[in-house]
Amino acid sequence: MKIKSQKDFWAGLMFIAFGMFFVVWAQMNYQMGSAVRMGPGYFPSVLGGLLALLGVLVLIDAFVEEGPEVPTFHFRPLLFIMASCLAFAYLLKPLGLVLASALLIFIGAFGGHEFKWKEVTILTVVLVIFSVLVFVKGLTLPFPIWPEFME
Amino acid sequence: MEVFSNLLLGFQVALSPFNVLMCLIGVLLGTLIGVLPGVGPVATIAMLLPITFNLSPIAALIMLAGIYYGAQYGGSTTAILVNLPGESSSVVTCLDGYQMARQGRAGPALATAALASFFAGCVSTLVVALFAPPLAEVALKFGPAEYFSLMVLGLVAAVVLAHGSLLKAIAMVILGLLLGLVGTDVNSGVLRFAFGISELADGIGFVTVAMGMFGIAEIVGNLEQTGAREVFTKKVEHLWPTKEDWKRLWAPTLRGTFLGSALGILPGGGALLASFGAYTLEKKVSRYSHEFGKGAIEGVAAPESANNAGAQTSFIPLLTLGIPSNAVMALMIGAMMIQGIAPGPQVMNERPQLFWGMIASMWVGNLMLVILNLPLIGMWIKLLTVPYRLLYPSILLFMAIGVFSLSNNPFDVFLMSIFGLLGYVCVKLECEPAPMILGFILGPLMEENLRRAMLLSRGDPMTFIQKPISAGFIIAAVILLVIIALPALRRKRSEVFVEET
Repeated sequence: MKIKSQKDFWAGLMFIAFGMFFVVWAQMNYQMGSAVRMGPGYFPSVLGGLLALLGVLVLIDAFVEEGPEVPTFHFRPLLFIMASCLAFAYLLKPLGLVLASALLIFIGAFGGHEFKWKEVTILTVVLVIFSVLVFVKGLTLPFPIWPEFME
Repeated sequence: MEVFSNLLLGFQVALSPFNVLMCLIGVLLGTLIGVLPGVGPVATIAMLLPITFNLSPIAALIMLAGIYYGAQYGGSTTAILVNLPGESSSVVTCLDGYQMARQGRAGPALATAALASFFAGCVSTLVVALFAPPLAEVALKFGPAEYFSLMVLGLVAAVVLAHGSLLKAIAMVILGLLLGLVGTDVNSGVLRFAFGISELADGIGFVTVAMGMFGIAEIVGNLEQTGAREVFTKKVEHLWPTKEDWKRLWAPTLRGTFLGSALGILPGGGALLASFGAYTLEKKVSRYSHEFGKGAIEGVAAPESANNAGAQTSFIPLLTLGIPSNAVMALMIGAMMIQGIAPGPQVMNERPQLFWGMIASMWVGNLMLVILNLPLIGMWIKLLTVPYRLLYPSILLFMAIGVFSLSNNPFDVFLMSIFGLLGYVCVKLECEPAPMILGFILGPLMEENLRRAMLLSRGDPMTFIQKPISAGFIIAAVILLVIIALPALRRKRSEVFVEET
C-alpha cells in the first residue's frame, strides 16, 4: 500500500496517539462509574476512544485520497522561539526583567532571516524601558528588575 | 419601548469617561493589530487578558470587544494597500481593494471600507439589542440536556466552517475537549491528567493554550516565509468616493450588513464567514459582476460591511447562551470567567449595566473608528512599513510577560511553548487550531451538563431526543453534518476555501 497523503497519514497517527493515551490513562487511573453517575474516567474514555477512531478514519483516508506533501519543517525559527521563551521564563526571577527580556529578544531575533546587532540592540533598549515602565511601574507586576545579587 | 430605555442605560455606562477611554484604547489596539499582518486578534486578546485583571468587568469587556471589531477595520487597510489580509476576515477585501489601490484609487477604497463598516456597525448594534433579550429569555428555560445539545450543535457548526478536512476538524474539537478536562474534576475532586504536576491542578490556562497555538505558531509560521511586499503608500489621496461610487456602493453595503448580521449569529459563524458569503452573493447579483476582481467598489463595500456586522452579532450567542461562536468569543468567555461572571442568559438580568453597556460601547467604538481611522490613515500606513523582524521579538516579549504574570510561574510559559510546538505541527498537517480552542473552552461545561442530564434522566440517553428543544439542536447538528458530508457539497466547500486562500 502506498501513502497517498502524507499530511493525513501523520495527522491520523497523531490523533490515534492522543486518543489512545487519554483512554489508557483514564482507564488505569480513574473510575468509570455508570451512565447515571459518571465517574471521572467516563467522559475522557469516551472522547479518547472517539478521537482514536477518528484518527483511524483519517489514516485510512491517507491511503485513499491523494493529498499534498507535508511542507518542510523549519526548525531554526521554531527552536529559537521556544528557547527564547523558556530562557525568559526560567531566568526572570534570578536575573530580573531587564536581562531576561534582553535574552528573549536576542535569542528570538536569531531565529529570523537577518540579524543586525545594532538594530536588535536598539530594539532591546526600547522594549526593556517600555516593559519596566508599563508592566512593573504601571501595572505593578511583581517582577524583579535587576538580578538578585545586585539588589 | 424597553429596548430604548435599556440602550439608554447602556449609553450611560459606555459614555462614562473611563469606559470611553477603555473603548478608545481597545479600538486603537485593535486597529493596530489589524493593520499589522501576521498579528491576529486571538493572540493579542490573549496577550492583553492579564492586563484586564485589574479593570472592572465592564471596562475589561469593552476594551476586549473594541480590539475585536477594531481589528476588522484595521485588517482592511492592509488588505487594500499591501494585498495581505491583516485579518483573516479581510481576505476577500484583497481581491478588489488591492486592485483599486493599483489603479490609484486606494483612497476611495479605504473610505468605502471604513464607511461600510461603520454603517454595518450601527445596524448590527441594533440587531444585538433587539435579538439578544428574547433569545436570553428562551435560554433561561434550558436545562442540562438542552445545553449539552446546544454545545454539540455549536461545535459541529464550528467544524463545518473550518477549512479543509471535516474529519480532522472534528478530531481537533475532541482533542480540545480532552485537553479542557485536565485538572481537578469538579464532581469527584479527582485530579485528572495532571501527572503529578501541581501547576496542572487548576487545569491548563486557556490563555496559555491560545497564545501557544495561535501566537507562537503564527510567529514561527511567519518567519518561514520570505517575500517582499509592495506597499501603496504614496498614492493615498482623494479619500472621498465619487458620486458614481456612492451610487454603486449603497446597495452592496445594505446586503452585506444584513447577510453579515445573520451569519454572525450562527454558532461557528462570525466575521470570516460573513465577509466571504457577502462577496460571493454580490458577485452573483451585481450588475458589475464582470468587474469583480479587477477593482469593483462593490467587492470592497460588501465584505467589509459584512465582516463588521458578523463580528458584532457573534456576540449574541456569547451574551445570551454563554456559548462562544469562534475563538475570539471563547477568549471573551474566559475574560468573563476570570472576572467572576458566569456567561449565560442570566447575565442580562443580573447585570444589565454590563450587558447593555457593552452593546452601547460597540456603537461608540464604531464611531470612534470612523472618526479616527480616516484622518489617521497616514499613521497606519507608516506602521505597515515596520519590518517584521522588529515586530515579532516585541510580540514574543509581551506574550511571555503576559503568560508569566498569569500565576507568576515559569511553568505557564513552558506550557505555552509546548502548545506553540503543537500548533506549528497542526498547521503543517492542516489541522486547524480554532476548533480545538472552542472544544477546549467547552470541555468542562459539556461534561458537567452531560453528567447532570444523565443523572436527571436516570442514565437514559434518549433524554436528548425526547426534549423538543434539545432534539431540535441535535437534528440541526446531524443535518449540518450530513449536508457537509455529501460529496457534491464537499467539493463545493473545498472550492470555496481554495478561492479564499
